[in-house]
This record gives sequence, C-alpha cells and structure tokens, in this order.
Amino acid sequence: MKNTGNLKVTASGDREIVMTRVFDAPRNLVFDAYTKPELLKRWLGVFGRWSLPICEVDLRVGGTYRWVWRGADGAEMGVRGVYREVVPPERLVNTEKFDEAWYPGESLNTAVFVEQGGKTTLTVTTRYESREARDAVLKSPMEGGVAQSYDKLAELLASGEIRGTERRERP
Amino acid sequence: MQPTGYRRTSLDRLDSTFAALADPTRRAILARLAAGEASVTELAAPFDMSQPAISKHLKVLERAGLISRGRDAQRRPRRLEGRPLAEATGWLENYRRFWEGNFERLDALLDELKAEKKRGRSKR
Repeated sequence: MKNTGNLKVTASGDREIVMTRVFDAPRNLVFDAYTKPELLKRWLGVFGRWSLPICEVDLRVGGTYRWVWRGADGAEMGVRGVYREVVPPERLVNTEKFDEAWYPGESLNTAVFVEQGGKTTLTVTTRYESREARDAVLKSPMEGGVAQSYDKLAELLASGEIRGTERRERP
Repeated sequence: MQPTGYRRTSLDRLDSTFAALADPTRRAILARLAAGEASVTELAAPFDMSQPAISKHLKVLERAGLISRGRDAQRRPRRLEGRPLAEATGWLENYRRFWEGNFERLDALLDELKAEKKRGRSKR
C-alpha cells in the first residue's frame, strides 16, 4: 500500500519547519532506512542522475555523518553534521550543514518515529539558527504566502510563452 | 535536507522575484507580456490606473529582473525575461518533488524490507 499518508509541511514558531509523513511499516524498519548507509543510498536524494556515493554514518551521540551526492557532469552536493541524540527506533537528533548552504548557520533536525497499528508516523522538525534562515528556506516555496504567486506563475509558464532554458550567466 | 542545494540560486534574486509576484497587477502585466512586448501605454490600457502607477509596478518588475526594455527608443517596449520566473518555479517544484520523491522511494524500500523480514521469519 503506497502513500498511507501524504506529506505535510508546516512552519512552526519562529525558526522551525515541521514535516510529517506516515509509512506503512513498523518503525524499526523506518529507522533503519533512515540511518543505515546501504539503505539511505536507495532513497535519499537519489533521482534522475543523482546518486549518493559517499554516505558515512557514525550512529552514536557525538558521531558524525558525511553525505555527498553526485549528479550529471560531476556536479556534487555535500552535507555533514553530528548526531546529538540516537534512540533507536524512536528518535534521532542531528545537526545539518550543507557545503554550499543558501541560508546562514546550521540547522538542527529532530526525527521522531511513532508506531501505531504497524504504521509509522515520522515527524521531522528542522530548527534553523534564526528566523531569517528559516524564512529563507520557507521562501524556497513549500507553502505559505507565496503560494498564490506560484499558482499564477505556473499558469504563466504552462502557457508556453516563457522559456526558462536560456542560459545566461549571472554575476 | 533541502532540495535547493542541487541548484544554486541567488536568494536575493528570489526574494525580489517573490515580492514582485505578490501583486495581482504585476502578475497581470507579466501575463500580458507573455503574449509579446508592449509599451507602457499599452500595458496601462486594461487597468484602471494612471500611467505613473503602472510605471511604478514596471519598476518593481524591472528591478526583479522579470522584465526588460526593448531597443525602440520611442515606445520603450517592455518584454518578459524568462529566467527569474523559471528559477522561482524550479525551486518550488524541486522542493515539493524532492521530499515527495524521497518518501515514495522510501515506501518502496520499506515494502521490500517487510517482504524480506517475512521471508526470513517463515524460513525459521
């Protein structure tokens, strides 16, 4: 059974983003998939030509992780962080910092795995260092105030009149 | 985890793009320009607005890089610049698709893991 729960994304407080999703599996499996490199490599950020060739996980409090995705033409994206809390299979807290972050500071991610009737509700709370950082991420438009603009924008783009493919380098 | 790192985009540019798109008049202007370039007078025509008011909107769009001015010195036609729009939309689509896509792949993986577990159990 797919899509037992749709993905919910909300802004919370001043500097958090909360994501909730239900999986049709017991939480020990979801926790494994979330923390074991050989399993992470199969779902996290791997689409199109992106793969996750570097996936190092030292799953203990104070342990680090280092993940590097590789895409077409040698493009790379890396992220690293430290595990702050490791409570299998119910809770995982880690810092997160991208090599080329587009928001200031690092974030703190808290993943909580709650099992009920064989299904697992995963709640991931990402806390940024400042409201500005959180809002910068929110503006990468998930939900909220700009949604309407986006709908209009989508209409405009769907009209086929606007081409997004011109590759002019910006300073 | 964020999807946007896959594609570096200037945050300042996106800020001004979103601010520019937040206004219905400016979106209507963009929709009109999607059909082809137009002078300020032509752009003002469908709106119950003074030309200076329209010019103000055009300035916002111009600063956001969403429109530019054509060569014709007399008409100064405005034309649509596609790239910032495409970037903004790309970001939106990336973000949603990124996590939805991740979790759909995770669904499939979990199905496999469950099946393996079942097989392992029945062997014993």
